[in-house]
Amino acid sequence: MAKEIERAGIPVAHICSIITISQTVGANRIVPAVAIPHPLGNPRLPPEEEKEVRRNLLRKALAALQTPIEEQTVFS
Amino acid sequence: MSDASRNGKYRIVHYVNQFFGGVGGEEKADCEPFTIQGPQGPGRLLEKRFREGNADAEIVATVVCGDSHFVEHQEDVLRELVPLIRGYHPDLVVAGPAFNAGRYGMACGGVCSALQPLGIPAITAMFKENPGVDQYRKTVLIVETANNVSGMEEAVRKMVRLGIKRLRGEEIEFPKAEGCFEQGIRKNYFHAEPACGRAIAMLLRKINGDPFETEYPIPFFDRVDPQPAIADLKGITIALVTSGGIVPTGNPDHIESSSASKYGKYSLEGLETLDARTHQSAHGGYDNTYANNDPNRVLPVDEMRVLEKELGFKRHPWYYATVGNGTSVDNAKKFAKEIAVELIRDGVQAVILTST
Repeated sequence: MAKEIERAGIPVAHICSIITISQTVGANRIVPAVAIPHPLGNPRLPPEEEKEVRRNLLRKALAALQTPIEEQTVFS
Repeated sequence: MSDASRNGKYRIVHYVNQFFGGVGGEEKADCEPFTIQGPQGPGRLLEKRFREGNADAEIVATVVCGDSHFVEHQEDVLRELVPLIRGYHPDLVVAGPAFNAGRYGMACGGVCSALQPLGIPAITAMFKENPGVDQYRKTVLIVETANNVSGMEEAVRKMVRLGIKRLRGEEIEFPKAEGCFEQGIRKNYFHAEPACGRAIAMLLRKINGDPFETEYPIPFFDRVDPQPAIADLKGITIALVTSGGIVPTGNPDHIESSSASKYGKYSLEGLETLDARTHQSAHGGYDNTYANNDPNRVLPVDEMRVLEKELGFKRHPWYYATVGNGTSVDNAKKFAKEIAVELIRDGVQAVILTST
């Protein structure tokens, strides 16, 4: 999906748990997430810290969207 | 009793385009289908090679159709051609070779594919980048050719080799041995040497810099060049899309928990956050406990809202969701294409896609 949306002309930041799949399917801006059942959270953390984790991942994704790239790039 | 056993000859019908059918080039690409009795163009070479291969085969008819006409009227053309071809009682249908001619490849694949349900064996041949390969290789035996007609001799030789096997009902070997594209069929067999021995042997060849061949090639996926970076987030609209299956409670569109056949589009208008009462996960490929307790863990609506205020972008008031769990690449592509059309129409300039 990342690839097809990008093909249509919109840059995509892919926040995902399985980087290799994202690479294989052809996402270009890849942001590694926390874990499969909670990619943008961590239930073991107190709520405020968990929100911070989520906010930081989104900041990474937004930074990725603002970064010129020539090829598939993982923003870890 | 088949015709072949009646008169001792295998009956072949050959499909070609307007060029190989002797009608003309691109200017005749809208030519309607017609039939020539006997072989025509490359069919003569095919017939000759079949006989040299000790298969007493005869091309009883050559079916010709313009490439543009075929792809623009595929359903109508096939509705006409399938019964027509069947009327010749062929033991085998050969289409092409199409080399890298895209429409011709689509036509050859289309004809062969349409004959499958009737139990009429059909083979074709084309270059690996012909779109007909991606479209039809799973259903049709496609021989790999060079990208232009200079590869005719080799293409015909490989097609005849495969064609004879199909005529005689012999076993089709692995795609590489047959010179075909993989159909994605898995066949179990006993190897003389256990996997561990083969793996070590392969590793040693790799370490020594010797040539080696994987037993399981990673499927080829195409690539899209990265879009230019966003210069400034201020004022742009960013949409959230997820394959993590976050849907409004009750899953109103009944998105399947695996092998999804659809996606949903849901409003975020006025929403500061998602919670266990408003949203849930419909995904069947991971433990939903955490996502159901706090759907923001998969679809980060709450923190997008925070950053929206801080950084000055606009969050698109709709999000799109599907379940990425055994979902076919074809479906995922289709969903994304439709979603992209709407996003562009709605002025969205960037997407954050989340996956589990």
